[in-house]
Amino acid sequence: MLEIRWHGRGGQGVVTAAEILAIAVINEGKYAQAFAAFGPERRGAPVLGFTRIDDNEISLRTQIYNPDIIVVLDSHICDMDGIEDGLKDNGIVVLNTTLKPEYYSEKFKNAKRIATVDATTIAIKEIGTPITNTAILGAVTKATNIVRLESIEKVIKERFRKEIAEKNIKAVREAFNQTIIFER
Amino acid sequence: MKRVALSGNYAVAYAVKMADVDFVAAYPITPQTPIVEKISEFIANGELEAEYVNVESEHSAISACVGASLTGARVFTATSSQGLAYMHEVLFMASSLRTPIVMANVNRALSHPLNIWNDHSDAMPERDCGWIQFWVESAQEAFDTTIQAFKIAEEVLLPVMVNLDGFILSHVYEAVELPDEELVRDYIPSKPLINRVSPKLSYTIGVVGPPEYYFEMKYQVLEAIERSRNNINNVNKEFSKIFGRKYGNINNYMMEDAKYALITMGAVTGTAKFVVNELRKKGEKVGLISIRCFRPFPMDEVIKLLEDVKGVGVLDRALTPGGPGHPLYTDICCALYNAKNKPIIQSFVGGLGGRDILVDDFIKMFEIVKEVSEEGRPKPCVYIGLRG
Repeated sequence: MLEIRWHGRGGQGVVTAAEILAIAVINEGKYAQAFAAFGPERRGAPVLGFTRIDDNEISLRTQIYNPDIIVVLDSHICDMDGIEDGLKDNGIVVLNTTLKPEYYSEKFKNAKRIATVDATTIAIKEIGTPITNTAILGAVTKATNIVRLESIEKVIKERFRKEIAEKNIKAVREAFNQTIIFER
Repeated sequence: MKRVALSGNYAVAYAVKMADVDFVAAYPITPQTPIVEKISEFIANGELEAEYVNVESEHSAISACVGASLTGARVFTATSSQGLAYMHEVLFMASSLRTPIVMANVNRALSHPLNIWNDHSDAMPERDCGWIQFWVESAQEAFDTTIQAFKIAEEVLLPVMVNLDGFILSHVYEAVELPDEELVRDYIPSKPLINRVSPKLSYTIGVVGPPEYYFEMKYQVLEAIERSRNNINNVNKEFSKIFGRKYGNINNYMMEDAKYALITMGAVTGTAKFVVNELRKKGEKVGLISIRCFRPFPMDEVIKLLEDVKGVGVLDRALTPGGPGHPLYTDICCALYNAKNKPIIQSFVGGLGGRDILVDDFIKMFEIVKEVSEEGRPKPCVYIGLRG
């Protein structure tokens, strides 16, 4: 089983990102769960999302405390205290930042792979707003082998209006191409 | 059949759409859930032909449902926590008027302090209101049970409450198999129930029940819910033939040779299942019982399953302050009192107000059950995860 914790701020689509990944994985025939940190949500406040992925039916109903993968959608909180908490040894980290992944190798000490992408710039260019959830999914797809790019794009096509979906798919592809990976 | 990703809330909404309900009344403000949002979307899109009444409170929502149900319509509503509490007095009327309403209750804590998170303190105070109560473990089970609920309600003329845990089930997206709509509509055909408020009938509804009649009228509800056991069994059997998924009044797991067991309700059963699997790998003979049908209570099934069990832990997620024990524990003790072979019964309370019940918490509960079974007597209730 793979467990993913998503960090961002209310309004950036953290929960939507967690859901799009889960739906894409379920459409591929596997099992997944996606959920927000249980409780109310507020625009601008730090938000947590979670995705669980497995080949078999998932029975766990707890939040995720020891993720295999940490994804950060907001470039301003990559350095925040505690964002690295609980990451499993040999975990994977995917960050929205303009910095190189090596810069974060000290903070995420036990990560075996760190991937970075400037998702904010990509989102502004392709979508016109700094909503980074779809762009970051491109980076997650590149940094892990948990889902196919086509599966992500298919869910986006079903979830958004045609012209918005097209822009978001461009952002996903652009982020996929621009993601830099640091392997320890 | 279509395999899709749905939240627990949406799974219920899809079941309501496929069940072809005629009438929905709901109060849309907190603590309401996306269940009724999705249903209103279905109605607005023309995917479901039903009357949707946006009322001013939950008290009015359930009252409108009682009225609509008396006309013979297929009726649904959904609520949660304070909303269910506000319905309280009308819940008794719904069962005594024998209205086959189906209601989804997304289980959340009651105030004070204000808390919108998951526990069972909303539904437990309603266990005596004469409604059939189901508790589900997954979005799939929420879908399936809602479909079954309409069939059971209309067969026995009693309202049915489908309980699904707030957030940990209601707001989690997961894989759900949606059957073809025609299959569901064949399974629960929309047959008009009698319109009991038709001017063509000389029929009085909502009468005064003086001491000469009240007792007998209430006894009818008691008889109806007792009789419903048969209907529920048959509905479960027929459902598994048509849809392939098997449910009982209790869902048991690894109980065949279990020496120690836990009894749970709702979605945390999933986490307990995970722990049972882990402990089984280490050779521990542990098992799990989840009470799916809480009213009518599955006494005989519980007694039979626990015949050869040494010790059982009962996990409550609601309190009965000052009572002889918390609600589920008290029911289990009562069920087992006259049993020939009964295990040591240990009471646990956990997960109040949304506090996560962790894998380690379930491991600890199994350890305590084992320990008290060896000692031959239970400890006072153990409050799991409570800070000292």
